[in-house]
Amino acid sequence: MRKSARFATTTVTLATLFAGAGMLPVVAGAADAETIKMGKEVSYDRKKGNCLACHMMDDGVSPGDIGPPLIAMKARFPDRAKLRAQLWDPQATNPGTRMPPFGKYQILSEAEIDAIVDYLYTL
Amino acid sequence: MKLNKLAIAAACLLSAATVMADKKATDTTPAEDLKLYRDYFQKRFPGVSMNEFGNGVYAIDKVSRDSWVAIEDFPPYEPMMEAGETMWNTPFANGKTYGSCFGDDPAQRKNYPYWDSKRKMVITLPLAINECREANGEKPLKYKKGAIADLLAYMAYESRGQQITVEIPDDPDALAAYNEGKSFYFARRGQLNFSCAGCHMESSGMHVRTDILSPELGHTSNWPVYRSKWGELGTLHRRFTGCNKQVRAKPFKAQGREYRNLEFFLSHMNNGIEFNGPSARK
Ligand code: HEC
Ligand code: HEC
Repeated sequence: MRKSARFATTTVTLATLFAGAGMLPVVAGAADAETIKMGKEVSYDRKKGNCLACHMMDDGVSPGDIGPPLIAMKARFPDRAKLRAQLWDPQATNPGTRMPPFGKYQILSEAEIDAIVDYLYTL
Repeated sequence: MKLNKLAIAAACLLSAATVMADKKATDTTPAEDLKLYRDYFQKRFPGVSMNEFGNGVYAIDKVSRDSWVAIEDFPPYEPMMEAGETMWNTPFANGKTYGSCFGDDPAQRKNYPYWDSKRKMVITLPLAINECREANGEKPLKYKKGAIADLLAYMAYESRGQQITVEIPDDPDALAAYNEGKSFYFARRGQLNFSCAGCHMESSGMHVRTDILSPELGHTSNWPVYRSKWGELGTLHRRFTGCNKQVRAKPFKAQGREYRNLEFFLSHMNNGIEFNGPSARK
């Protein structure tokens, strides 16, 4: 006998559908429902944005808590370019950040990042 | 309300984040590192004793700890440990046994890893096991799982309660190996651009989805591990491989120089904690 024990996803590639097809909204604030839907899908997808790993957002189930909750985005990020830059390369503003550089390291396509930004503005 | 608290907590952590990461490996001595590390984790997890850190995430999370304690009552790794014991007692083709390389004592954990000043390299226990086999005309075992994990489980079990005491000898080459391990730990890598420290220091105790990130302190004490996700035993270097892969970095070779030096650095940081392998993990 032994001594007693110790004690005593799916990948969404909608981006390719939209990219280059001229279907992405050009005018800020005029994001269409399809793009927003794609933005949400890409941000939830574990193999894509996987934002829920670190952020509480929207109706996402069991989010992590490494980053701040993504709420009231319009009020907090009135400048769209700033929000986009946070996704594209968060290290540019905070070298010590733990958020991945989605654009710079091509984790997401430019179109996917745009769609996520559109989606974030609905939060 | 709750949201605000979380946001503030995340913001506060960021300031602590850069403190260690910005340092060059050579800025501090091993002895200074040891103090920095202990202070950091003891401040971050007040009330958790040094030795408790050897229990990984279960040292800091009450909820998962309860089910883990129940699992450890009927350890899933017991059959593997027994297979390992049989290996220890079974002679090689030449009639000798593992005991001939290890002074007939399976309780070897406390002696590894160590710096071999003649060979100028870090010697880990798995490496010593394979060198013993080869010296006796046997083929080396694969390093990440299987037979070597069985034997390690038996040897770890026999060594339970021994303390980690990995000193970095006064030898420039040993210090260089230690510093290489340290740099590895703080270097961002992979497409997701994470460092080990980003997850296991700066974010330790926080959630990645439903996973709680274990503190680095104690990380080398409890191997090999029976992980439910693996459904089998795995070695420490198997875990390194997995943690490298999940940030989409190319993993290094198990028992190659990079991981041995990483183990050397981490083990020194864990000095004073008891070896408590094998163990069960989610
Ligand atoms: C591994 C962790 C991690 C992942 C994954 C992650 N983030 Fe972040 N994020 C952070 C952290 C930490 C911060 C805090 C700011 C900093 O580090 O500079 C942050 C900050 C932000 C901010 C600024 C919020 C504020 O209140 O200032 C936005 C916006 C953001 N993230 C969006 C996203 C989106 C969208 C995704 C997915 C496409 C994502 N993040 C994925 C960790 C992460
Ligand atoms: C993206 C986040 C992340 C990064 C980066 C990361 N890990 Fe992990 N690691 C995890 C998660 C999640 C687990 C499983 C939960 C736990 O025990 O922390 C884990 C588990 C471990 C364990 C097992 C702990 C135990 O008690 O069994 C070790 C050891 C470990 N990591 C070492 C490392 C090392 C060394 C590196 C760098 C090479 C690293 N990790 C990088 C997320 C990460």
